[in-house]
Amino acid sequence: MDFLSYLVSGISLGSVYALIALGYTMVYGIAKMLNFAHGDVIMLGAFVIYTISTTLGLPAIVGVLASIVICTIFGIVIEKVAYKPLRKASSLAVLITAIGVSYLLQNAALLIFGSDTKSFTSVVTLPTLKLFDGQLIISGETIATILVSVVIMVALTLFINKTKPGKAMLAVSEDKGAAQLMGINVNRTISLTFAIGSALAAVAGALLCSAYPALSPTTGAMPGIKAFTAAVFGGIGSIPGAMIGGILLGVIENLSKGYISSQLSDAIVFVVLIIVLLVKPTGILGKKIREKV
Amino acid sequence: MAMLEIKDLEVCYGVIRAIKGVSFEVNQGEVIALIGANGAGKTTILHTITGLIPAEKGSILFDGKELTKTPAHKIVSMGMAHVPEGRRVFAQLSVLENLKLGAYTRKNKVEIEESLQMVYDHFPRLEERKNQVAGTLSGGEQQMLAMGRALMSKPRIILMDEPSMGLSPLLVSEIFDIIKVISEGGTTVLLVEQNAKKALSIADRAYVLETGNITLSGKASDLMNDDSVKKAYLGE
Repeated sequence: MDFLSYLVSGISLGSVYALIALGYTMVYGIAKMLNFAHGDVIMLGAFVIYTISTTLGLPAIVGVLASIVICTIFGIVIEKVAYKPLRKASSLAVLITAIGVSYLLQNAALLIFGSDTKSFTSVVTLPTLKLFDGQLIISGETIATILVSVVIMVALTLFINKTKPGKAMLAVSEDKGAAQLMGINVNRTISLTFAIGSALAAVAGALLCSAYPALSPTTGAMPGIKAFTAAVFGGIGSIPGAMIGGILLGVIENLSKGYISSQLSDAIVFVVLIIVLLVKPTGILGKKIREKV
Repeated sequence: MAMLEIKDLEVCYGVIRAIKGVSFEVNQGEVIALIGANGAGKTTILHTITGLIPAEKGSILFDGKELTKTPAHKIVSMGMAHVPEGRRVFAQLSVLENLKLGAYTRKNKVEIEESLQMVYDHFPRLEERKNQVAGTLSGGEQQMLAMGRALMSKPRIILMDEPSMGLSPLLVSEIFDIIKVISEGGTTVLLVEQNAKKALSIADRAYVLETGNITLSGKASDLMNDDSVKKAYLGE
């Protein structure tokens, strides 16, 4: 029964990683850049909920919706202000800028909210589920996380594969020039990608802080790195890859915590990543970059 | 007035001037060939016309409208399609998805369906393979797909960059036959080719491009008999 319990909470944690990893992988696929400020958008979103729901006392759903809207706007603005001017710059310059944006967000939060850890009030009101005569206990947060993540992933997959803006995203990620020849506005497609990624980060922030209710300006950093690992694990640029990578990572992390050592769990996660990359450098679902013939 | 008028066009890559003041025009209904050796600047000119590369100086007028100041993604809806060098089909999408992206700026579903039927009539092979991923097509099929995708925008002028590149002689003839059919259907064609013989055989007029300058121009039939063209491009 322990195993099931570790597994279920691992899937839940992994779903959050997957939601964050989707933002990384979509932005990488379209803009060919690693947006290391992505993790800090989670923290930003959680602080919005904290301010609205805990400080102002408004209902949790208002906080969550406000968080999604504000994170979406931030995602678009960050891209326009920090990354768009560097569209033709070297990828190293963009990477350093992304790290800069990450520090900017963390320190802005430090300035506004202070460095002390806030206690985040869960936005989930589902009851705890007791199965097998109370031997398997699944918290409401775990259930909500898994449900919400599944719905979002299905919706996102349908959006990408069935709608015109989704197809435009696929086209831009493959060949920006050819996409422009089709009449696709590349700048708008990149904005849309950042908007979706940041909205997912806001949802991930709400779910993550509900399950682990300690909020500080660096809250987004570790999940951000883990989700980035998950994206690489699944094959960066691949949307199903990010989902699988995220969930696998969460499960491995939780099983290591349960059976080996909670201190070593992060180390084990990264060792698994290294092994996967040694065996398959493009990640689980990553595609080989085609050489132009 | 010419449909497409290029005047004193200059294009630079960094400090290198690749196009050094080129002027030419394309009239409604014509097939114009732009021939020249590798590196003469043919592809650069097409990329500048459709906005993928910025012009340094000069003007590109399409129906009197300045294209050098028009964003690349707005040009296709003006009636100009570009079949790029190397086909550049979306390799991970299916043939049908590629074709539908060709009609990205169009709204009328009935008309898009008509265009799709027209493309399938030109290229029956694309209909047979409509659900196949484009990256798994042969070179000739990819060329057909790139041309079909361009036709899906219902263009008044179509720019084709090296459609014969890397194809077997049989396929080259097939592709050129289709270009002829497209032209006879009323679409204006600007054709860039290294295969000068084939290009001149279907063109009305042609321009010879050498290291960023137009050195010769005239009726295709005249150029075909021109001694310098024969020697340099027709291998006679």
